[in-house]
Amino acid sequence: MWFKAPESCNCIEPQLPADELLVKYQYISDFFIALAYFSIPLELIYFVKKSAVFPYRWVLVQFGAFIVLCGATHLINLWTFTIHTRTVAMVMTAAKVLTAVVSCITALMLVHIIPDLLSVKTRELFLKNKAAELDREMGLIRTQEETGRHVRMLTHEIRSTLDRHTILKTTLIELGRTLALEECALWMPTRTGLELQLAYTLRQQNPVGYTVPIHLPVINQVFSSNRAVKISPNCPVARLRPHTGKYMPGEVVAVRVPLLNLSNFQIYDWPEVSTRSYALMVLMLPSDSARQWHVHELELVEVVADQVAVALSHAAILEESMRARNMLMEQNVALDLARREAETAIHARNDFLAVMNHEMRTPMHAIIALSSLLQETELTAEQRLMVETILKSSNLLATLINDVLDLSQLEDGSLQLETTTFSLHAVFREVLSLIKPVASVKKLSLTLHLASDLPAYAVGDDKRLMQTILNVVGNAVKFSKEGSISISAVVAKPDSFKDARIPEFHPVPSDSHFYLRVQVKDSGSGINPQDIPKLFTKFAQSQAVTTKGPAGSGLGLAICRRFVNLMEGHIWIESEGIGKGCTVTFIVRLGIPDRSNESKLAFAPKVLGNHVTTNFGGLKVLVMDDNGVNRSVTKGLLLHLGCDVTTAGSSEECLRIISPEHRMVFMDVCTGLDGYELAIRIQEKFKKRQDRPLIVALTGNTNKVTKENCMRVGMDGLILKPVSVDKMRGVLSELLEHRVLFEAI
Amino acid sequence: MEVGQMQRQWLDYTRSLFIEGFLDGQFLQLEQLQDDNNPDFVVEVVSLFFQDSHKLLNDLTIALDQKSVDFKKIDAHVHQLKGSSSSIGAQRVKNCCIAFRNFCEEQNTDACLKCLHQVKQECCLVKNKLETLFRLEQQIMAAGGSIPMMELSF
Repeated sequence: MWFKAPESCNCIEPQLPADELLVKYQYISDFFIALAYFSIPLELIYFVKKSAVFPYRWVLVQFGAFIVLCGATHLINLWTFTIHTRTVAMVMTAAKVLTAVVSCITALMLVHIIPDLLSVKTRELFLKNKAAELDREMGLIRTQEETGRHVRMLTHEIRSTLDRHTILKTTLIELGRTLALEECALWMPTRTGLELQLAYTLRQQNPVGYTVPIHLPVINQVFSSNRAVKISPNCPVARLRPHTGKYMPGEVVAVRVPLLNLSNFQIYDWPEVSTRSYALMVLMLPSDSARQWHVHELELVEVVADQVAVALSHAAILEESMRARNMLMEQNVALDLARREAETAIHARNDFLAVMNHEMRTPMHAIIALSSLLQETELTAEQRLMVETILKSSNLLATLINDVLDLSQLEDGSLQLETTTFSLHAVFREVLSLIKPVASVKKLSLTLHLASDLPAYAVGDDKRLMQTILNVVGNAVKFSKEGSISISAVVAKPDSFKDARIPEFHPVPSDSHFYLRVQVKDSGSGINPQDIPKLFTKFAQSQAVTTKGPAGSGLGLAICRRFVNLMEGHIWIESEGIGKGCTVTFIVRLGIPDRSNESKLAFAPKVLGNHVTTNFGGLKVLVMDDNGVNRSVTKGLLLHLGCDVTTAGSSEECLRIISPEHRMVFMDVCTGLDGYELAIRIQEKFKKRQDRPLIVALTGNTNKVTKENCMRVGMDGLILKPVSVDKMRGVLSELLEHRVLFEAI
Repeated sequence: MEVGQMQRQWLDYTRSLFIEGFLDGQFLQLEQLQDDNNPDFVVEVVSLFFQDSHKLLNDLTIALDQKSVDFKKIDAHVHQLKGSSSSIGAQRVKNCCIAFRNFCEEQNTDACLKCLHQVKQECCLVKNKLETLFRLEQQIMAAGGSIPMMELSF
């Protein structure tokens, strides 16, 4: 209440005593307001100092000022209840004015500041949300990492063994542990493939042989996808234990496990083969746990199923290879045994044959020898006939024995061909000469045709070749009653080998070998084409041979074939039929003798010449001849004998180049007196006789005068032209030994 | 043509040369002298002979063309030719030379001229024959074969 003081009295009239209570209460309230007003800023300052992050200090200062001033106002108000002086009024006015100013400013400032403060709040909320989200994600990652760890551990356990049983058992155990399952079971397909049989379980030790048909819809559903599929706990594969829980059985998940089927294992088809068989893995969460299958758990199950498949396939492959190895080992042992038995048998046979050979031959020889001797004595016609028969039969028997022994040698490969260089013509001529008598007696004509390109000489076993040809020709003669027999021998060309008749024959062409093809055609009794394969079989007689016809031992052709095979060839028979004759053809491989072989046999022994030239190694000689051709020839001759030759074309040149090193001088004396003159001059040149080379005259003149002249001038030798290599060799040897040689004229 | 056939051809041809008298045993001697140290001996000597003979025949032609024939010189030349031809075994040439020398001694110019003509012919013939022979040899060598040795007796 404002009262204007009358004079200088600034007192204000007090109020009526009835308002004194009211005034007292106002007084007290104002005091407390002031107190509060003063303490709030202090508190603010205190807490702001504590916090240090508060960004609006200036605002606080303002607020503080505002509050302080308000408090001051209210405080000063305390004095205005009583009579107060003008000063107090002034102060009060000042305070109020200040307060008004500050509060207006503050009000204005707050307009800017409060939105900021509010937004701070929103940001705080946003960050809180973000933090919550990150927390969630971290939780997820952790679970994933957990899962990964579990998978790795499971995989490690599963793959650490190659035993199928252990793999499966371990899988179930580890899965059960990791996922805290109530039950885990594995159903394998049966042999028939129509049912699934309970193979392994986690909790039950010995699963009773439950089977379920494989074509249940739920199973098909699981098999058709490679994901883990949730199935109903009531389906047959999941109803493994009696329901013990009170409420809900735990959720069940099934996943397929691909099985490797070894019979159709294809490396490049893995894993897309559609006709694969699967096993079924069923996993049950504990009942009454209200647990649910989480995505990461399903993923874990799928991964484990794949790993199990891989591990099982490895185990299967290992089993298979072990089995195969065992089988091979058994086979090996059996083969070894068989081989040893065969060897023993062969040894036994060889021993037998060796013994029989000797034992059989001795009596045979005795019979043959004595029968021959008997033939020489005086016998009656009847006796002679008997002895002849005995001889014939024993000869036949001896041949048979020999053939058998030969064949057995051929068969066990102990026969070796001897290789020599021989004349092909000679072989054929000899065969011809052996067969001709027999053929002429039977009035068969025998012709031999040798191709012109046939080498004169060949390398091979001539005895066996002759035996073969003889055998074949002999057969031809034997089985022909009339007609002709033709033998032809040619060099087989490579294109003729592509004969359909000899499909297995693959000749190898080479420069040092050739193939000889011999064909013997006869116009005899012929052979039934059906019997032809049997002909080469040992001891088989052809039925077509008439009883009167000659009997063969049945071994001849077999032996021929062995010989021909040894000579890397082939032999075959063709016949159009009975009475139409027969053609026997064989091809053998023979070597071509090289030049040194040839020369060894027939021609000039050039080889020998080369050996002796070393005797004159380096003998220095001088050849003087004014005829260039003659000079070259003589030089060549002496070079060939190994001498060191110098030539001179004239006497002057000869004198110039002659030296004590020359042991001999060959000079041509056909050209007049030059030679003699030269001889004298040479002798003058060399005082001592030992240093002088031997002077030898070469001349074509065969008159005695030349010889006398040579001797007169003191030459050491005279040789008549033409001089052959051998002659010169002899001349040189003679001259070196005796230092003089005058050829007789 | 394969090597064997060529070799037989060579043999037949050489035989014919001997049978017809173009070559004699001396040629075989030359062949014997050919070895690895001296692989082309025969060809070299024969070439040398033909060079020599060519020159000699020219000289002879000139000499016989002169108004006054120097028979001594001609004799010397023919003697040379005879020596050379006998060295290589050119038999017919040698025989011609022998006949030529006789006519030289008689100093019969016309006969000498005839002889010269004959000698030239013989030289030509034997040259062709030998060239053919050497060509055959080259073919055989090129085909990888080797020259067979001749038999000395026939």
